[in-house]
Amino acid sequence: MNVRHVVAFCVAFLLAGCDDAPKPASGFAGLGQDAAAFEQVVRGRPLQFPADHGAHNGYRIEWWYVTANLKDEQGRDWGVQWTLFRSALRPGADEPDWGSPNVWMGHVGLNGPFGHHYAETLARGGIGQAGVEAQPFNAWIDDWSLQSTSGTGLDHLQMQAAGTDFRYRLQLDADGPLVLHGDQGYSEKSGQGQASYYYSQPFYRVTGEIERGGQRLKVSGQAWLDREWSSQPLAAGQRGWDWFSLHLDSGAKLMVFQVRQADGQHYRAGTWIGADGTSTPLRSDQIQLGELAWTTQQNGRKVPTRWRVQIPERGVDVEADAVQPRSWMGTLFPYWEGPVGLKGNPGGRGYLEMTGY
Amino acid sequence: MQTLRISLQALLSHWRRHPLQFFSILTGLWLATALWTGVQALNTQARADYARASAVFAGPAQAQLLPRRGERFAQAAYVELRRRGWQVSPVLEGRLRFAGKEPLSVQLLGIDPLTLPHGTSIAGQPGGSLDLGAFIGTPGQAWIAPDTLQRLGLHPGEQAVTSDGQRLPPLHIQAQLAPGVIVLDIGHAQTLLHAPGLISRLLISTEFAASQPVLPPELATVLQLKESADSGDLQRLTESFHLNLTALGMLACIVGLFIVHAAIGLALEQRRGLLRTLRACGVSLRTLVGALAVELGLFAIISGVAGVASGYLLASLLLTDVAASLRGLYGAEVAGHLSLSPQWWLAGLAISLLGALLAGCGSLLRAARLPLLALAQPQAWRAAQGVWARRQAVLAVLLMVLAAVCWRFGDSLLIALLMMGALLLAGALALPALLDGALALLARGCRGPLTQWFVADSRQQLPAMSLALMALLLALAASVGVGSMTEGFRKTFVGWLDQRLSADLYLTPIDTAQSLEIGAWVKGQPGVRTVLPNWSVELRLQGWPVRAQGIVNDPGYRTAWPLLEQRDDAWEQLAAGQGAMLSEQLGRRLKLGLGDTLVLPANDGEQRLTVVGLYADYGNPKGHMLVNADWLRRHWPEATLGNISLKIAPEQVAGIRSELEQRYALDSTRLVDQGSIKRWSNEVFERTFAATGALNSLTLGVAGVALFISLLTLGHSRLGQLAPLWALGVDRTRLAWLSLGQTLMLAGLTVVLAMPLGLLLAWCMVAVVNVQAFGWRLPLQIIPGQLLQLGLLGLLTSLLAAIGPLWQLARRQPADLLRQFADER
Repeated sequence: MNVRHVVAFCVAFLLAGCDDAPKPASGFAGLGQDAAAFEQVVRGRPLQFPADHGAHNGYRIEWWYVTANLKDEQGRDWGVQWTLFRSALRPGADEPDWGSPNVWMGHVGLNGPFGHHYAETLARGGIGQAGVEAQPFNAWIDDWSLQSTSGTGLDHLQMQAAGTDFRYRLQLDADGPLVLHGDQGYSEKSGQGQASYYYSQPFYRVTGEIERGGQRLKVSGQAWLDREWSSQPLAAGQRGWDWFSLHLDSGAKLMVFQVRQADGQHYRAGTWIGADGTSTPLRSDQIQLGELAWTTQQNGRKVPTRWRVQIPERGVDVEADAVQPRSWMGTLFPYWEGPVGLKGNPGGRGYLEMTGY
Repeated sequence: MQTLRISLQALLSHWRRHPLQFFSILTGLWLATALWTGVQALNTQARADYARASAVFAGPAQAQLLPRRGERFAQAAYVELRRRGWQVSPVLEGRLRFAGKEPLSVQLLGIDPLTLPHGTSIAGQPGGSLDLGAFIGTPGQAWIAPDTLQRLGLHPGEQAVTSDGQRLPPLHIQAQLAPGVIVLDIGHAQTLLHAPGLISRLLISTEFAASQPVLPPELATVLQLKESADSGDLQRLTESFHLNLTALGMLACIVGLFIVHAAIGLALEQRRGLLRTLRACGVSLRTLVGALAVELGLFAIISGVAGVASGYLLASLLLTDVAASLRGLYGAEVAGHLSLSPQWWLAGLAISLLGALLAGCGSLLRAARLPLLALAQPQAWRAAQGVWARRQAVLAVLLMVLAAVCWRFGDSLLIALLMMGALLLAGALALPALLDGALALLARGCRGPLTQWFVADSRQQLPAMSLALMALLLALAASVGVGSMTEGFRKTFVGWLDQRLSADLYLTPIDTAQSLEIGAWVKGQPGVRTVLPNWSVELRLQGWPVRAQGIVNDPGYRTAWPLLEQRDDAWEQLAAGQGAMLSEQLGRRLKLGLGDTLVLPANDGEQRLTVVGLYADYGNPKGHMLVNADWLRRHWPEATLGNISLKIAPEQVAGIRSELEQRYALDSTRLVDQGSIKRWSNEVFERTFAATGALNSLTLGVAGVALFISLLTLGHSRLGQLAPLWALGVDRTRLAWLSLGQTLMLAGLTVVLAMPLGLLLAWCMVAVVNVQAFGWRLPLQIIPGQLLQLGLLGLLTSLLAAIGPLWQLARRQPADLLRQFADER
């Protein structure tokens, strides 16, 4: 693949600071110019299930994102990622066959005591190589899939993928309800109105098998699914984000993110999810995030891999420390994605994603 | 250093007095370099273009999945494989035709940039040039090489329109793209090629192929794995063509070096005195040889630069013809202009230096061993040469044996060429011995003193002239060989074409539906005698692309389809769907002969046919077979009706033609009459051999120059032999005529010997090289008129070469001849 390729995706996914890509002169504004032809994210549109589990072809970008914190029978920590991105190269309805404007991109990762593995694949829309069906739920690209095994919606899923040196097959069963972020799923990403539709299923129990270097291991743990779609989520001058999904020992879940801005005024938001599934949005001023330690990645970039996360109102003051400080995804648009362990009050574990470094 | 400079000055002063020699050496080296580099330029350019063609997807030995039957398969198989984790990428290939002042057929390559195997550069492009959104979006991009764009007569950004009215995406220049290829998104390609949901092949990423994946059973019946890319086909097919060019170039180069050798030898001979004087003045041997070497190097550099420049010029003059014949013969696209790397220029200079060293090392050695007080010893020298000639003869016999072994046991093109090379070299090496033998025979029959002197002196001249005569022999033999082959091929080809092209109009409708429509309409037209539909299916047999053509049972074929071999009931068997006829090269490739069983992979299982006939199919790089049309359609429902041939009453041809043009919008690329096809075929033929012919005449010319310089050399050293005769009363004019007679006798004998060698060479080409290179065997045709013409040309060349030196001899002052007795030599 090549540079322009990467740029196309970087722009499409609004992630700046790609490895080799020159930054687009107009930043994200370049995207904003013709984004108007896509459907816009508006406050007050009620999310409808199961339809919203499927693809939203009128919107520019969309993803199905699962991260899992697992332990094997020896008690070792493992992290698993399964992601499917959809990006529309032009506005308009989906068209059959190669004329489809959709480009699909899959990323999978396996993070464990022996390091970080990842794989990536790309597919055109319209020919059946990749896609998402809402009911019964089925998301796939090549031989990677996230598929409903029974019931409705996203309650029971089988998740599988394979890279050159690893594979996994996991069963995900939800113990709680779907959680809508922001204002009933309308999630702001800047102070200027950039937003996305965003909901999660953070209550998965996971069992299954992973295979690495020819060795098969039984694993179990927790998983978190994120669904997000938009046409223009970031504002000009925003460089990337740091995003946490945390399973707290109390049974509560916490999602916080900050979108880093060039002027240092980072935009923060989050959702506090009680053990019973009730959710409360967190405002920027309720969240404190600070970098504690940095790690140089394979590509030479320095990335913060130990953070202090504080939500004083909820009594949260933890250090989130990367299980593998080098969990770099050297994909077309590179980023950091890996499991973290929580020290402090309360304990727990979760996943951290950092883009734009 | 000082001595070196002075010696060099002294040595170089020689050339001021002998500018002709100076120019001879320059010319020889220049010609050798020019011809060699010219041929190499043609080959390099063509090979680079094949490489570009095969590097549309870089990755030299990329594994692929190809359909077992036909040319394309359903896209669903691709999706199925991806969903099973196969890292494959789809490619759709086809041809598009463009009307215009020069109708053009272009290869269309549809790709999916997203799934191309990792690290693949597209169209020979390093990464960074693909704007994904623009490439796969609407209207998309059509990548094209500058050369092809120019032939289309369009500019970047414009949209080409095919001859059936389809509009391509805007053209986008890719300098590295192979000529004659358009690369675009597979989606656009499917539309343009009327192939919705179809794929030609799947590229497999190297890492994935290394895991040795096994096709699922339901797809294994549709697809087959092929380890290396098909693109090697072009290299392989054209290999013989380039080998021929290389062989000719090398021949010309060697002949050029003969000139240099002769001229340098002459210069040394004339500078013996100077060398002795320099040595006597205290110049060391090492300095002297060093000075001579520097001199040689200077020659090499000057003529190398000139040679490389003219080689470039020669190549660019020949390139149009070479490109046209490569396109006509193999469908290989070669750009119409040269773009050569600096390495090529350096290699040209290196050739010149190497050539100079090769041609001059003998003289350098002789200079190094030069006895300070040596006397002229022509007779002793001859005796030593006699031993050498016998050694050469032994070597020649060994080479003959080698050639015979190659012929008996070899089965590859390289061996065939080795055999030809051995034959040529054997002929050249045997020449001095043969000439000597012939002269010895003549000497026995001679009575008069002057006649005896005539023959004996010719024998004495032989060693000095043998190199030039060898050059003449090689050039003539090559001319005879190539000429006989070309002429024989032309006769066979034209006769074959006349018989084969018996219909009046040939139609290539847009698709099968249109073919059927036209077929139905045309049947009812007045004057239409016969309608011959040609159904066809593209197959792969033993990895070789083969077209199976289904024909109807028409008595016309019995006369119009010449067969090389056939069974008595061949046409009946074919009509009954029990027999198949194979092209000669297909039969050879599959090792099938008359009566053998041919197994074909049909959709409904393997089908067996008996081989009932073999026919010539000249110029077709792919395999071809004839079967019954109904049988073909029964077992291959996907067979297409690609061509229709019409036999029409002569007065109706024009009317029906224009009616077809209007009714079905068929342009000149889809509607061709018999005359045009013949004209086109003959044009391809002529162009194919134009380059060969040009190189051949150049070689003969170079041999002439070699002879001229040899004679010039001799002219100076032979005064010692001629002076006594003059003193005995033979006047100068008579002496000149005698010398001319000697030259012509030697040249004549050489010409006579060149004829059988040339014919042997021709036989070698038609019966061995052609069979290995193309798969067809031609009858050897001896054309006496052509032989006579070439023989006379050889003699004329010798005559022209001899005139100058003899003119000098005839005008020698008596004082010069007298001085011979006073001088020590």
